[in-house]
Parts: sequence; C-alpha cells; structure tokens
Amino acid sequence: MTPDTAPPGTARADAVACAGLTYAFGDHNAVDGLDLTVRQGEVFGLLGPNGAGKTTAIRCITTLLPVPAGMVRVFGHDTAGDRMAVRRLLGYVPQQLSADAGLTGRENVALFARVFDVSRGERAERVTQALAAVDLAEAADRLAATYSGGMVRRLELAQALVSAPRLLILDEPTIGLDPIARTGVWEHIGAVREATGMTVLVTTHYMDEADQYCDRVALMHRGRIRALGTPAELRAGLGARRSAAGAAHKAPPTLEDVFRDVAGSGLDDEAGDFRDVRSTRRTARRVG
Amino acid sequence: MSEAPAAPRAVSADPARAHGIDLLLKPPPPRAGWRLLPARVGAMCAVELQKLRHDRTELYTRAVQPALWLLIFGQTFTRIKAIPTGGIPYVDYLAPGIIAQSAMFIAIFYGIQIIWERDAGVLNKLLVTPTPRSALITGKAFAAGVKSLVQAVVVLLIAALLGVALTWNPLKLLAVAAIVVLGSAFFSCLSMTIAGIVLSRDRLMGIGQAITMPLFFGSNALYPVSVMPGWLQSVSTANPLSYEVDALRGLLLGTPHHLASDFAVLFVAAAPGVTAASALLGRLAR
Repeated sequence: MTPDTAPPGTARADAVACAGLTYAFGDHNAVDGLDLTVRQGEVFGLLGPNGAGKTTAIRCITTLLPVPAGMVRVFGHDTAGDRMAVRRLLGYVPQQLSADAGLTGRENVALFARVFDVSRGERAERVTQALAAVDLAEAADRLAATYSGGMVRRLELAQALVSAPRLLILDEPTIGLDPIARTGVWEHIGAVREATGMTVLVTTHYMDEADQYCDRVALMHRGRIRALGTPAELRAGLGARRSAAGAAHKAPPTLEDVFRDVAGSGLDDEAGDFRDVRSTRRTARRVG
Repeated sequence: MSEAPAAPRAVSADPARAHGIDLLLKPPPPRAGWRLLPARVGAMCAVELQKLRHDRTELYTRAVQPALWLLIFGQTFTRIKAIPTGGIPYVDYLAPGIIAQSAMFIAIFYGIQIIWERDAGVLNKLLVTPTPRSALITGKAFAAGVKSLVQAVVVLLIAALLGVALTWNPLKLLAVAAIVVLGSAFFSCLSMTIAGIVLSRDRLMGIGQAITMPLFFGSNALYPVSVMPGWLQSVSTANPLSYEVDALRGLLLGTPHHLASDFAVLFVAAAPGVTAASALLGRLAR
C-alpha cells in the first residue's frame, strides 16, 4: 500500500496526494496533469511565475474548485467526496490580505474559532494562544485596519492556526511585503511548524525564500511540474548538468537558474492573466 | 524575479515556544448535525454586530432617509388626507412601510458585501472552513437581518418621536423583529443570488438601484393595495415587501392583517432564496 492510498487519517497517509490533477478554465488547462505528493511534517514549496497554475492547484486541494474523485487526497481523504473532513484538517491563508479591517485582531481570530466549532469555554484562551503565537498579543484589541501589512499576514496566520490544522496552506504569503516583514512571516511559519509539527504547503514566486525555508520544492510552469526535490538537490543537479556540458559558470547555480533551465524558452513572456496581476496589485496596494 | 530577503531580525520569532500553545495542538471536535447551522448563523451575526459597534457611521447616515420620509412625506400627506388609511393618521400608516423599506435597502445591497469578500479573499477563506454553502448563506442572510433590525429600532424611535401611536407590547415587538429578519433574509438572498449571476460590484449596484424602487412603489408601503391600478395590484401580490409591511402594520398599529400568511409567504420566499444563493456561491469562489 503506497502512502497516498493509505486509509484516511492513518499515520501513513501523505498530507497531500495529487494524481493527474487537471483543471481547465474554458479550453485552457490551468493545471495540466499534476502529480504531487506532500509528505507529513514537511514545508513544501510550490514555485512558479504568475499563471503557472499554483493558485489553481491550491484551490483544488482546498476544495474550492471541484475535481473528479481520486485526483486529490488530503491525509487520505478524497476532496471530491469528503470535503468537510478535508476542510477540518486545513488552515488556509489566501493570496489577498483577507483579514476584516472592521474587526479587531481578536475578533478576526474568534470568527474562525467559531466556524471551526471551538467550544465557548475554550474559545477565548485558544484565540489568545493563536494571537500570542504570531506576536500579536499586544495589538489584539486594535482594529485590523490599523495593522501593517506584515501584521495582517501574521493575523491571518493566527486565524488559520486557531483550529489546530494538520496542513497549513499559504498562497503567496509574502507577496507585497517589505523584506523585514517577509522574514518575520517566514520565521513565524517556521516557529509554529516546529512547535506543532504541522505540514506546510506554500506557493511563492520568490525563489530565494523557497531555497531558504522549504524542505522540498516543486517548480511549476504552464500547469505542470518541471522539477521536484530539495533545493540543494535541484541546484546540485543543474551544476552537474552544466559541468557535463562543459559550460563555464563562475557562480554556483541558484534555484532561479534551475527554474530558467527547466522551464526553457517562453518564461519571460509568461506574465499571468489580467486577474492574477489585478489580484497582486490589490494586495500590494493594501499593504502600502 | 526574486529579491533577497533581509537578514534574520535580532529578535527571533520564537513565540510558539515562549507562550503556551497546548490548545493549538488539539483540533476542536466537530459540532454535531443540527447544531452546526445555528452556530454558523450566530458567528455571522456576531461579526455584523461587532462591526456596527466599532463604526456606527452607517447606522446614522442610513437613518437620514427614513427620517425624511416620515418627517416630510408622512406629515405632508397626513395634512392632505388624500390616501385612505382606515381612519389613522397617514404618518402612522407610513411608519411600518418605512421600517420595511429601510430594512430592504440594507438587505438588497448585501450581495455587494459578498462580492467585496470574494475580492478580499475572505469568502474563499470561509469556504475552506467546515461550513456548508447553505449554512454560510443562511448565516449571511440572518446577519443582514440583524443589521436591518438595528436599523428598524432607529426608525421606530424616530417614529415614536414624531408621535406615531405604536404598540409597545413586547410579544408583538418580538414578532416585528422576526418579520424584519425574515424579510431581510429574503432580500439579502435575492441580492446574493444576483451577485452569483453578475459577479461584479458595479453590475450589482446598477441592478440593486433598478429593483429597489419598483419593489418599494409596487408594495403597500406608501398606500393601500385597494387604491392601486389592477396591474400594480398583481405586482403587489407577488412582492414579498407587501407581506412584510402588512404584518408590521398589523403588529405595530393593530390594523387588519393576515399574520399567518404573511409569515408563511416570507418563510417560503426565503427558503428558495437560500437555495439559489448557495447554488451560485461556487461561481463567486471561482
């Protein structure tokens, strides 16, 4: 029995198992036969430029987009037939800054405690713990409208953590943030993961972040995975290919070099569709 | 493509260990069957009340229009005595209609909020929680009802200040609250259904503007059905706002009413509203 076909909820089931995942918008295959396995407890990075299909893949995994039975399993639960069980295992932070500016930080987190059925007796303490875990205890009773971009991202992390998810899914968590805030968000993700042992699936188009913080990465381009492995393996692989080809490169390859190598031509004109760009700009505008 | 992140900060982010996180390691047990829906409705209503507590601007600005209707239109037509009201002053007759109208105006634009939530990622985040779409829509519909209810209290107070002879019977006021919530639930579902079809704020704003006045003028909010031309009477019969006004007028003023059928019509209208809006929610999530 392979891990991805292990019975739901068993220790052996992979956190995520996609088999031939395909999703089309009209006649365009945004995700085109994606085979992907995320192991329990790892930080897995799904990398690629705008329009690569990362967000569509995430939306299929989070049950937001309907897919046929057997294509996507989360801890062994099929997203087609067992949606509620899948959702109870997920913490999701979308690409946009999605905290409600008209509520305080505490109220934002409490809403998610309520919709995940946290009992009244436990709610206040659990919300406090989630806010403290992302360093927002002092700002908890301020309106989210007064938060900086990095604080809003950490608030969203607290919203996702309050239900004790086994799989944390973050879609472009550092987009639009300044370098200090980006580092802060990653450090909190790492600290929480270390303390809870949860699996983290993250999409990003910042290759340097993936190199630094992810255990394994998949490089995605035009709906397909072009390379998969640890960042070190992928860099070493390109180095070996360059040596074999006799190419003289002074600097050791970066993950971005690997991506350019496997994606081939057409990478530079791949800028995503209008909706991607609009969404990215909206987020950037909201974080100032 | 990428930009180098800054060096790690001097203050390490190690709060997970510094603070207790024992509860964050334990998933909450799922709520059983029938208790899920009231829990989600409670959550959505709480959010609406929290927002109103933090910012009451909308409450005050939305009070201006009903105040003008009662103060100018109501008092003028009371003097003219042109509309047969069954012997009660026109401003009294008008007050329940204005309560229903201001509640409808809030609910009919609720779809804009759900489109905003879609654009901000809030809707997707809620859809990834263990909340069936119908429970999410029902929660939103009741949240619109709670918001309308707060508005209805404001209009009631304005009416009382203008000397309208309203009932203060608590049971009847409770029934008034139920009617306002039910009516708003229907109109917010209508709005969220349209949102699921048109998918954009601008279009929904236009459609909202286009349908609110016909719904208002095609009801018994301003004048009795008996003075309407035949075709308008047919419109009024199919208009849930008429049933809402009929019930409110009967409860608040003691005029002849059809309370049971009014409740039944509003309930029967709200149920398919929830179904239609839930079915179209997936279009918004894409």
